[in-house]
Amino acid sequence: MSAATWLRGAAALLLVAFLAAPQRFAPLFAPLTEYGAPPIYDQGNLALLALAQLGTVCLAAAASTLVAVALGILVTRPSGAQFLPLSRTLVNIGQTFPPVAVLAVTVPLVGFGEKPTLIALFAYGLLPIFENTITGLKTCPPQVLEAAAGMGMSAHQRLRAVELPLAMPLILEGIRLSLVINVGTATIGSTVAAKGLGEVIIAGLLSNNTAFILQGGLVTGLMAILLYDALAALERRVCRRVQFD
Amino acid sequence: MITIESLTKVYGTTTVVDDVSMAVERNSITAIVGTSGSGKSTLLRMINRLVEPTAGRVLLEGSDTRNEPAHLLRRRIGYVIQGHGLFPHRTVAENIATVPRLLGWQPARIRARVEELLRVFQLDPGAYAAAFPHQLSGGQQQRVGVARALAAEPAVLLMDEPFGALDPIIRAKAQEDLLDIQRRFGTTIVLVTHDMDEAFRLGGQVAVMSAGRLLQYDRPAVLLTRPADPFVSRLTGVADRALKLLSLTTAGEAALPGGCEGPQVAASVSLREVLSELVWSGARAAAVLGADGTPSGHLTVAAILARGRP
Repeated sequence: MSAATWLRGAAALLLVAFLAAPQRFAPLFAPLTEYGAPPIYDQGNLALLALAQLGTVCLAAAASTLVAVALGILVTRPSGAQFLPLSRTLVNIGQTFPPVAVLAVTVPLVGFGEKPTLIALFAYGLLPIFENTITGLKTCPPQVLEAAAGMGMSAHQRLRAVELPLAMPLILEGIRLSLVINVGTATIGSTVAAKGLGEVIIAGLLSNNTAFILQGGLVTGLMAILLYDALAALERRVCRRVQFD
Repeated sequence: MITIESLTKVYGTTTVVDDVSMAVERNSITAIVGTSGSGKSTLLRMINRLVEPTAGRVLLEGSDTRNEPAHLLRRRIGYVIQGHGLFPHRTVAENIATVPRLLGWQPARIRARVEELLRVFQLDPGAYAAAFPHQLSGGQQQRVGVARALAAEPAVLLMDEPFGALDPIIRAKAQEDLLDIQRRFGTTIVLVTHDMDEAFRLGGQVAVMSAGRLLQYDRPAVLLTRPADPFVSRLTGVADRALKLLSLTTAGEAALPGGCEGPQVAASVSLREVLSELVWSGARAAAVLGADGTPSGHLTVAAILARGRP
């Protein structure tokens, strides 16, 4: 087993152990607290908060993937090529508009809770998936596409049986980037009452409790790293089937 | 039988194919040659409608190719391109099964056909059916490309520079294999190449194109002896045309009755090779062996030389 696999396993174990019984780690965090403040977050279940955050991120990523891939397919078809500049602009706005600002704009429209966070993460996560889908579809080897057309595949069959499978490694990479960025970004959802680890960080900031801030940050960071690795492993499996000579 | 009638393709103000008419006989190999930009590939691609003609039409066994949707037409026509274009994410077996699957064949029939083709192309099904294209050598990839094109037993096979990416030794073998395949399946083959030797070696008929126009369409020997245009003789080459002419006739075809002393040659070798053998050995005549391995005729140097003149 390589060192990387070891580290990954250790990180996963650490995360599970901490979320399963956070109190066991109290002595570790105690030095970071002052005046006898609780060393472990005690206003909610850390494991549930982590799961809630992961759920929000995955839901937003699923929506981003659906929209970004569909849009990417559309603008790479001859009939949809004229929409490329417009789509690109929209998706870029989604990425450059700060998620905090999205929350501020959407709360009056949809109220507090998960919804504004989902919208912010959805918009923020579109760009990498969209751009990677386009690159993946545009870089399919021309001879392969020519052969597919020459064999008698319809445009739809070419897309489904040749173009998408060949673009899949890049699309997955886009989804991975989007997910990992959003695991961290999702913590801001707690400012508008979405369930998540942001709650822990904010509680730490309000009560000047470094231990809380660190817990929220570490769990979020570990989740991001492990998710990144898991998706990278999935990509490698797909890539093995899509090799070029 | 493919009938091409006044086929023209215009892109903007450029006429790529200019009023080409020709008929391709069933069970024959026709080679289309020309320099790059001569329109030969465009002409080929208009047969299976990868390029839609600006004017003119193509008849396949008498029926207009525009009578059905282009993708359905293409399933009936094999197509091989330079650099094979195999699907990198599919196994060799899946690649070959592409068109039968599109046509909705039963799995058992597809499996049997794939296995048959792998054997025909000297690829052991056990070792290669589950392999991916990148695991094969260039020559093997090319063979899989041809096998894939032939999978649904098309009556017509179109080939666009099919051997262009192969080294000379593998290329010669691939050409040999193609002739075998053509004899075995009786496929009508139209092949585009810029290599005149390849065209002469494979093509029963050769079409010479230049600047979108069909300059001459005839048997190789006629192209050599009666070129219709200075460009045709430039393309076929004047310096060694006598030797080229000799290479178009086999010893069996030219043999004189009665055996003789001297080197023995098979009936299937070309006169060019027999002449070379005679020059090398210093003999005046060679015995031509029949199918049973006994001398069935002979060839003298004078008889060979007479065949190298128009």
